[in-house]
Amino acid sequence: MKTNGGAALIKALEMEGVETVFGLPGGAILPVYDPIIESPIRHILVRHEQGAGHMAQGYAQSTGRPGVAIVTSGPAATNIVTPLCDAYMDSIPMVVITGQVAYSAIGTDAFQEADTVGITRGVTKHNELIARAEDIPLLVRQAFHIATTGRPGPVLLDVPKNIVDPNNPDSALDWYWPTDEEVAASLPGYKPTIKGHPRKIKQAAQMIMEAERPVIYAGGGILKARAAEELRELAEMTNTPVVTTLMARGAFPDDHPLCLGMPGMHGNYTAVTSMQQCDLLIALGSRFDDRITGRLDGFAPDAKVIHADIDPAELGKVRVPEVPIVGDARLIIVGIIKELRKLQDRGTELPDITDWRSTVSGWQERYPLTYEQSEPGGLLKPQYVLEQLRERAPEDCIVASGVGQHQMWTSQYWKFRHPYTWINSGGLGTMGFAVPAAIGAKVGRPDRMVWAVDGDGCFQMTAQELVTATTERIPVKVAILNNAYLGMVRQWQEMFYEERYSEVYLSPDLPDYVKWAEAMGCLALRVESPEEVGPAIDKANAVNDRPVVLEFRTDSSEKVFPMVPSGLSNDHVMVDPSQEDPK
Amino acid sequence: MTKPTHPRHHVLSVLVQNRSGVLARVASLFARRGYNIYSLAVAPTDDESLSRITIVVDVETAPLEQVVKQLHKLINVIKISELDPLDSVERELMLLTVKAAAGKRSEILELLGLFEGNVLDVGHDEITVSMDDEPERLDDLENLLMPYGIIDVQRTGRVALPRLEHTRP
Ligand SMILES: Cc1ncc(C[n+]2csc(CCOP(=O)(O)OP(=O)(O)O)c2C)c(N)n1
Ligand SMILES: [Mg+2]
Repeated sequence: MKTNGGAALIKALEMEGVETVFGLPGGAILPVYDPIIESPIRHILVRHEQGAGHMAQGYAQSTGRPGVAIVTSGPAATNIVTPLCDAYMDSIPMVVITGQVAYSAIGTDAFQEADTVGITRGVTKHNELIARAEDIPLLVRQAFHIATTGRPGPVLLDVPKNIVDPNNPDSALDWYWPTDEEVAASLPGYKPTIKGHPRKIKQAAQMIMEAERPVIYAGGGILKARAAEELRELAEMTNTPVVTTLMARGAFPDDHPLCLGMPGMHGNYTAVTSMQQCDLLIALGSRFDDRITGRLDGFAPDAKVIHADIDPAELGKVRVPEVPIVGDARLIIVGIIKELRKLQDRGTELPDITDWRSTVSGWQERYPLTYEQSEPGGLLKPQYVLEQLRERAPEDCIVASGVGQHQMWTSQYWKFRHPYTWINSGGLGTMGFAVPAAIGAKVGRPDRMVWAVDGDGCFQMTAQELVTATTERIPVKVAILNNAYLGMVRQWQEMFYEERYSEVYLSPDLPDYVKWAEAMGCLALRVESPEEVGPAIDKANAVNDRPVVLEFRTDSSEKVFPMVPSGLSNDHVMVDPSQEDPK
Repeated sequence: MTKPTHPRHHVLSVLVQNRSGVLARVASLFARRGYNIYSLAVAPTDDESLSRITIVVDVETAPLEQVVKQLHKLINVIKISELDPLDSVERELMLLTVKAAAGKRSEILELLGLFEGNVLDVGHDEITVSMDDEPERLDDLENLLMPYGIIDVQRTGRVALPRLEHTRP
């Protein structure tokens, strides 16, 4: 069948099962937008290309399917660099298509020309400038294959105008659809290791059989591998407590007796300390990020480490494991469980770890997450808002967040019970992530309630996408925790810069968030006192025909605890002041 | 016997798909991850769809493993071998222009003869010579010519292949 590059590109997306794309057209990508009119693919017109990228990420994180964004060349391509980097850091499968000037104009500083492939090389798993129309079907298939297999990540295809414009002879091609074998043969250097090495798995099982103080350190890889059930089976079988990193919240239910919650800089005391004092750390799909380990030379000093990850480069990058296992987290866990059973059948017994369990629950009792509730008439506490949001939302509600104090409180106080209900920017820490990511998640899971918990600073970075949400009838809900500050930075200045506040004040009233949200077509309410919190949330939850924005005026002086100050080892957890030992 | 020039130097032979941008990917990976390239040589192999990049990396042994693993993550990289200098054959080409006034010329030619180098060009007061050999031998010639006044040196960076089996297996 004779076709042209533009039509072939859209057809290739359809063949890949793409149902929704997020984007915004422009000169170089015009010919690709024309066939979208006839395509069954739903296109969501964003107000800024950064929004398209984060929506694709939210879509991918809530559904497990790759998110797709289409934007034009030059400024549009540079606008989507941040989401690409974000997706790269958090291993999110995403395919981004950018327009490019005609192939013959490349290198001439043509209008809206940018070296997109050069700019995005360091923030994509792979990228390609497509030279010829006939390469389009194969390169699209490669892009989806690379984005979704092995360690997932973003892939960018840069598409010169001449190969998609039907009026240009360069765009002519005979349609074909490459087979799986053809795709594999075209990528001789790409062979992710999926199955863990049997000998390593045996060693891991052996080590688990000998551990007296084990902890499972579950990371985002558990969710990527869709291994939540297997993780639970392993934890229950061995009675091993589980910490879930910022990227893995929801991978293990917070109300499970073995769940210790989030570790790291703002992790709870028990999660941090049990990792610190364990004798075996079972790292599954986690990468020993510096926000988790604190000062590295003091991290988990007595622990032997089993490290399972699909990316061989993660093994030994930060901490050298006793047992490194490359492969898919789910298959590795299944393998370990099998080996443990074999050992049990042969009469080996799992060690008695009751002492360890009771030490751990002692910490949980002594140092629960806590905050001081405000006096009647006092300022609203952000933690209280989160407790109320959680309590009043359905159990499987999806929550997205921005970056800052509100993000840490959300991760701490939202009780996660299901995988794929938490969407956030972990590795890059991108302010402005919440609103577009929540919109993308709601598009992917229209059956679920979706809340974005945002900071006042973050909201101002990408709020315009609520116009997209209203126009496209995507009824997300946004809670702005308005503390009138770039709160997280303010906290560091208060604690580590002698309360010298430099450029962190934002004002509670400017902008007027309620008027702004209303102008964007949302239902909007301002909440100032604790009594109003519950009713306002209930009202928001009852609305399903448009986006809702609740602005909570919260106490500016509230800080996130616990905290391990940067540069110190995890032995130095600063707990909430009310829990400090009397001096 | 050949010795590595520098204990931190490692030779990586990287087989890649011969596609535009591959060299840029490899080079920017090194820059981004903070590794130093000491020298680099690239050319197509007998199979036109493949190129071989020979990289001399300046790292400690431990990070070398990271370099290799990160390189492997590039989609166009097919195979990476670390070549142990004791178990590989290496060559590098050097072109060198040195001052050679009439009185000194024969001394220089004599040295060049000992190293089995060639004369490429002779000017009024200068002479350009070439030599291909193990990189350490090029260093030796360069050092010996230093006192005469070197005007220009151009070296290709080393290329290498594994040593073959010498006995019947
Ligand atoms: C794009 C971007 N710029 C700057 C930062 C640094 N930063 C981290 S948290 C933060 C404050 C965020 O303020 P706000 O959204 O009001 O959240 P809060 O901490 O007050 O809850 C800043 C500026 C960042 N993470 N991302
Ligand atoms: Mg704030």
